[in-house]
Amino acid sequence: MTADATALTTHTDHATAEAVEAHGSGGIGTPVLGMLLFITSEVMFFAGLFAAYFSIRAGYTEVVNGTLQHVWPPTAYAELLNPFAFPFHQGALNVILPATIMLVLSSITCQMGVWAIQRDDHRGFVRAFAVTVVLGVTFLLLQAYDYSVLIGEGLTMGSTTFGTTYFTLTGFHGAHVFGGVLMLSVVLYRGMAGQFSAKHNDMVEATSLYWHFVDVVWILLFSILYLL
Amino acid sequence: MATTTLSPAAPAYRSGLYEWLTTTDHKKIGIMYLVNSMLFFVAGGILALVVRVELAQPALQFVDEAFYNQAFTMHASFMLFLFVIPILAGFGNYAVPLQIGAPDMAFPRINALSFWLLPLGGALMASGFLVSGGAAAAGWTEYPPLSGAQFSGTGTDLWIMGLTLIGTSSILGAINFLVTIFKMRAPGMTLFRMPILVWTVLVTSVLVLMATPVLTSALIMLFIDRNYGGHFFDPANGGNAVLYQNVFWFYSHPAVYIMILPAMGIISEILPVFSRKPLFGYKAFIFATVAIGALGFSVWAHHMFTTGAVFLPFFSLMTFLIAVPTGVKMFNWIATMWRGQLTFQTPLLYAFGFLTMFLIGGINGAFSAAVPVDFAIHDTYWVVAHIHYVLFGGSVFAIFGGIYYWFPKMTGRMLNEALGKLQFVIMFIGFNLTFFPMHQLGLAGMPRRIADYAGNAGWSELNLAATAGGFIIALSMLPFFWNVLISLRNGKVAGDDPWEGNTLEWATTSPPPAYNFDHLPEIRSERPVFDARHGRTAAH
Repeated sequence: MTADATALTTHTDHATAEAVEAHGSGGIGTPVLGMLLFITSEVMFFAGLFAAYFSIRAGYTEVVNGTLQHVWPPTAYAELLNPFAFPFHQGALNVILPATIMLVLSSITCQMGVWAIQRDDHRGFVRAFAVTVVLGVTFLLLQAYDYSVLIGEGLTMGSTTFGTTYFTLTGFHGAHVFGGVLMLSVVLYRGMAGQFSAKHNDMVEATSLYWHFVDVVWILLFSILYLL
Repeated sequence: MATTTLSPAAPAYRSGLYEWLTTTDHKKIGIMYLVNSMLFFVAGGILALVVRVELAQPALQFVDEAFYNQAFTMHASFMLFLFVIPILAGFGNYAVPLQIGAPDMAFPRINALSFWLLPLGGALMASGFLVSGGAAAAGWTEYPPLSGAQFSGTGTDLWIMGLTLIGTSSILGAINFLVTIFKMRAPGMTLFRMPILVWTVLVTSVLVLMATPVLTSALIMLFIDRNYGGHFFDPANGGNAVLYQNVFWFYSHPAVYIMILPAMGIISEILPVFSRKPLFGYKAFIFATVAIGALGFSVWAHHMFTTGAVFLPFFSLMTFLIAVPTGVKMFNWIATMWRGQLTFQTPLLYAFGFLTMFLIGGINGAFSAAVPVDFAIHDTYWVVAHIHYVLFGGSVFAIFGGIYYWFPKMTGRMLNEALGKLQFVIMFIGFNLTFFPMHQLGLAGMPRRIADYAGNAGWSELNLAATAGGFIIALSMLPFFWNVLISLRNGKVAGDDPWEGNTLEWATTSPPPAYNFDHLPEIRSERPVFDARHGRTAAH
């Protein structure tokens, strides 16, 4: 049994080392390729939701000034969804633009962390990732606050197809931000334990790719839900 | 003793069961995929018999309409999502690392997760039978409004949750296959020396990666509509019911290729070995596979011709175009056998079954691709005949061929040839007796998904024949399971290479060690083991 197990481990290591020598070195790292493919599947998941959104948006009509017209967003929520209406909205803060800026900033700090570890700057890497985690958590808190304001104003999952698509899209994005924050925290924890270096940082790079993806999805969402 | 001190700490004793439950070995995981899928094949088969028994004669005899609806819905759900798709992934799991000369998959623990999500998702789906209102009953397509909260109960929610887990399993598996194929190939194994099965798994994985997440989004929207007051598919509140069909088929048509491409890969492994010739037109076959995968994304709306909401000429044209690469493959297979030294062992018989039955499935499918004809046969038994000729006559015959082909590698023992041939003959007869009459039933106007029909409709005799055929298919499973049981204990010892194979899995022992290979033969063509056997490369 013992002898078998020993032989087994040795052989595994040998064969793996051979494979790594042949193909693993150079080119894109295995975890990074895995993450890129995972992001591809996530893109398709959001593509399904976006397709539904545009299909429903194109077919939406309501009575405006006595005639049935295509408008978007529904007139009842148009004012509520103006991201630039900075005077308090009926006593509540309009936080969607600050939240957006924070998420974009977090993508920048995340990338600074990747560059830092690539030049073996552990301190800079840990600092940048810590800031990224804080910004990510802040985004989630602001989004939760924004939800409470919208629901208080009567915009819910059931209030027309706009409410359904709005909460589904932003909700699933929020869930992805939450997942990203968890991944960033694990990488940060491992980084503080000194597990990454200029040579070994595939996990850092993979996590940053995911975080950038989450950021890009938000920029698209912000554009179609608030600007266009 | 000195040697003992040098070896690492001995692992604690673990039972065989514990070893299987915790394994990350792609071969064990592959075998678990096969076993789990066969269990759901049996469950789905029993549900099919429920349907056939009820349809054997007019009027309701054995089940009520509500249970009948659950039976055909869960029959299709089990067969598609828990049998055909995962069992092909199981073959991929077992064969791909061996065939490219790798020690394991790229992410072994994610591989184990992919597997364990399947029984979990399957159990969730099947648990619908235990809740009030029963399992999902709106057909495996679960179109709203029938699948909406108004018309269907908790079983549908369980179906959605189960299928989401199964989809996640597929996506993680696809990522694993792609990274394995791109990063783990042995020295010398260039892309154009990869076995065809690996190529078909590669294209299939791309399809899974791009299509399955869209199904997840459709399921999630359906779930939100049902449980959180959403209006995605609710026309009364500005939603769009046909939207569900579009998003659903954007996955489910590529899913047809997910279910047939690896089966084509299995056939393309079997035919050259049992014809003693290389595969004819290796590169043409690969390009045809890629073309089917690419075209597969542009034909989803041919399932929706009669909605009146899709652009008919485009989707009809693209659908017909798929016949071109499929025809190329037919030519490849026939030309491979042409003047070959055919050895009529069981895997080759199943390959013949695949070629002939899949050909019929292709031809009767072309009728549905023609828009005017489709308007007449849409949602009739013609379509049921078509899907079964493609997925049973095609995929399932290839699956059994694959089991007979790789069983010696997986277990070290041969399956019994006589029992294998007996199973093939019974299954072939039963299959045609069940599904061929459905063409005539469809042309005679019998709609699918009905529990009852009028005695004077003229459908009774053909339905009785189909039911008899269904029981003959069930009968054909007895020699199979008996064969597996006795061969595991007393089967002929296989040796490393019982079929004189071409690909790398035959260069290692049967079953292979956990690390797969002690030595790899030199890889100078797509048939490295053939080359080594005939001294074309130095074995080392």
